[in-house]
Amino acid sequence: MTAMSRLGAGLGARLRAALGADRVADEAAWAEAEDALVAADLGPRLAAEVVAGARERTAHGEVSAHAAIAAELGERLRRRPDRPFEVGPPPSVILVVGVNGSGKTTTVAKLAARFQKEGRSVLLAAADTYRPGAVEQLRLWGDRLGIGVVAQRAGADPAAVAFDAVAAGVARGTDVVIVDTAGRLQTARDLMAELAKVRGVIARQRPDQPRHVLLVLDATTGQNGLSQAETFLAEAGVTGIVLAKMDGMAKGGVALAVVDQFGIPIAFTAYGEELDDLAPFDSAAYLDWLLAA
Amino acid sequence: MLDTLSARLQAIATRLRGQARLTEADLDAALREVRLALLEADVHFRVVKTFVARIRERAIGSAVLDGVRPGHQVVKLVHEELVDILGGERHVLRLGPPGPAVVLLVGLQGSGKTTSAAKLAVRLRRDGHRPLLVAADVYRPAAVEQLVRLGEQVGIEVVTGPTGTPPAAIAEAGLVAARDGGADVVIVDTAGRQHMDQPMMAELEGLASALQPAESLLVVDAMTGQEAVRVAETFHASLPLTGLILTKMDGDARGGAALSIRTVTGVPIAYVGMGEGMDALEAFHPDRLAQRILGMGDIVTLVERAQEGMDREEAERAAQRILESRFTLEDFRSQLQQVKRMGPIGQLLEMVPGAAGFAGAAQAAVDDGELRRVEAIIDSMTPTERREPHLIKAARRRRIAAGSGTSVAHVNRLLRQFEEMQKLVRQLGSGGSRPGKAPRLPGR
Repeated sequence: MTAMSRLGAGLGARLRAALGADRVADEAAWAEAEDALVAADLGPRLAAEVVAGARERTAHGEVSAHAAIAAELGERLRRRPDRPFEVGPPPSVILVVGVNGSGKTTTVAKLAARFQKEGRSVLLAAADTYRPGAVEQLRLWGDRLGIGVVAQRAGADPAAVAFDAVAAGVARGTDVVIVDTAGRLQTARDLMAELAKVRGVIARQRPDQPRHVLLVLDATTGQNGLSQAETFLAEAGVTGIVLAKMDGMAKGGVALAVVDQFGIPIAFTAYGEELDDLAPFDSAAYLDWLLAA
Repeated sequence: MLDTLSARLQAIATRLRGQARLTEADLDAALREVRLALLEADVHFRVVKTFVARIRERAIGSAVLDGVRPGHQVVKLVHEELVDILGGERHVLRLGPPGPAVVLLVGLQGSGKTTSAAKLAVRLRRDGHRPLLVAADVYRPAAVEQLVRLGEQVGIEVVTGPTGTPPAAIAEAGLVAARDGGADVVIVDTAGRQHMDQPMMAELEGLASALQPAESLLVVDAMTGQEAVRVAETFHASLPLTGLILTKMDGDARGGAALSIRTVTGVPIAYVGMGEGMDALEAFHPDRLAQRILGMGDIVTLVERAQEGMDREEAERAAQRILESRFTLEDFRSQLQQVKRMGPIGQLLEMVPGAAGFAGAAQAAVDDGELRRVEAIIDSMTPTERREPHLIKAARRRRIAAGSGTSVAHVNRLLRQFEEMQKLVRQLGSGGSRPGKAPRLPGR
């Protein structure tokens, strides 16, 4: 086996290689299982906790090591039980936030396509007024879907764009208003304050909105995902995660750590270039996939 | 995540204080912390394993075990090894004649290729080149538009093709335009692609064999997790890669991916993206990244510098406290007492990442007359007051003013300014990125 193909093994393969079908796993096998969890981006602390928890489960000899790890992961993931994504009464405002390049605009388009397919009317707000071409990118998606896009000139105040969009949504009786925002690193204080302002402007217009604030997390992200979740939660009141770019080999394990540490549920997974490549998060299916590969 | 490696190693070092020798068990404890820090920085777990084993070997095989402060020697060893791996020599792009030289930018979706293309063009122009940009990302909606806008913004020509033009044809047109217009570097922005997407990787190979790039740079997001190694290996196998651009380093990501990629593929890091501005592409400094990955600021240099003029333990303690935001008036006073021997606190702060602007203000604050007054005020406080200045209310302020031969206004000013300084230090410690206004320091 070359180094490459060893690296190529997924979590499931690693766990099976490490723990086999045997009920008794030795010290080395548990260490390998821990490595496998680290390799899936769960982070060293959560990986160690999961292995410790699994070892306890096997202490009485009733479950195999492999099953114990699956059970331990499942329990942590279901701390926030799966709930169907409820769009909410119209106009429901969904604010989409995240760091640069996480896949916000594409996710906005996929969400729009999904709600449209459910028979809802949708309006998009191009509140990323910073990145050159971002408004055009959203417009192209809007054209393709036949959905209106509220936009202003480049460099406009994103809060003003959000305000206009919500006002337009109310006036037109739109079911869902999805607000795309500029990518920002969570350490950029002024930009995080700007996001809080966008949120505040929406809330002043409609006290029960935004109904959802979705943080788009790139599945290839490592442990920085925790810092992202923590800060976007504090500044923008994130209500759910969209785990994007799940079409690569990365498993998005840091999302497990986010659920475990901050209790933010994963709302959707997004995985391809097509508009319908978006699915509501299903923890059982995710675990199967995580452990199967 | 906030308890940095340096803090944890400090704890071990404290436990070892007075111990002349580092036992193997102590070494293991220190290496466990190193392992944890590297994994939290997203260094690939296999790379971590090899790395820790190597440190262990070096530590045991050298005189480290007999050192005076073994805990810190382990840190130094780790740091040296990291800098070694990250590459002593700087990667300079090979863009020499016969031109025009092609620079191909590749990477996953969202890694920052388009922004990096424009930033690289600006940088190369500053280095005396005549760059030209080619928008060969024909897949992402409005990607071409984005590069065209950025080109306008920085005043560099962008070559595009009509919708449906294959990337190779656009790039060929770029080469022609470069020859006609006298450009000597052609920077080609390609579409983001998943390394597992074979047709897209094949397309990239085709593009590379048609263009024969002088440089093929992988654009890597500093936030990338354990998958980074496989991403780089796959791109390297198809191209090969000649360098890396590590993006989004203005955030708080530790950038361990770069260490993994460098270790596994040997591809050197060329540039680091440090912000949204078009000039925010910096040359790569191995030592800075090493410290970042370890989460320890410039503490090694800090310790070394301090040895020259200052009591070593004092320097370490102060540096540690600055990093942990526990810097008190007591620390400030002992800094003042060392100032003439070592150079002012400004110099010390310069070594804390992100504190450069702050350092200048601090430096200016340490003028001799003011310095004596501040020292006198702090001397007139009780130890408790120095540690917890918020206790100092009106009556205490009067007493301190009388005791130091100054006025209540002086005391007020010192306390207010110290509070401001602490606030700023706290921001530095928590990884704030956008530089704020440096507050005035005690003494001014």
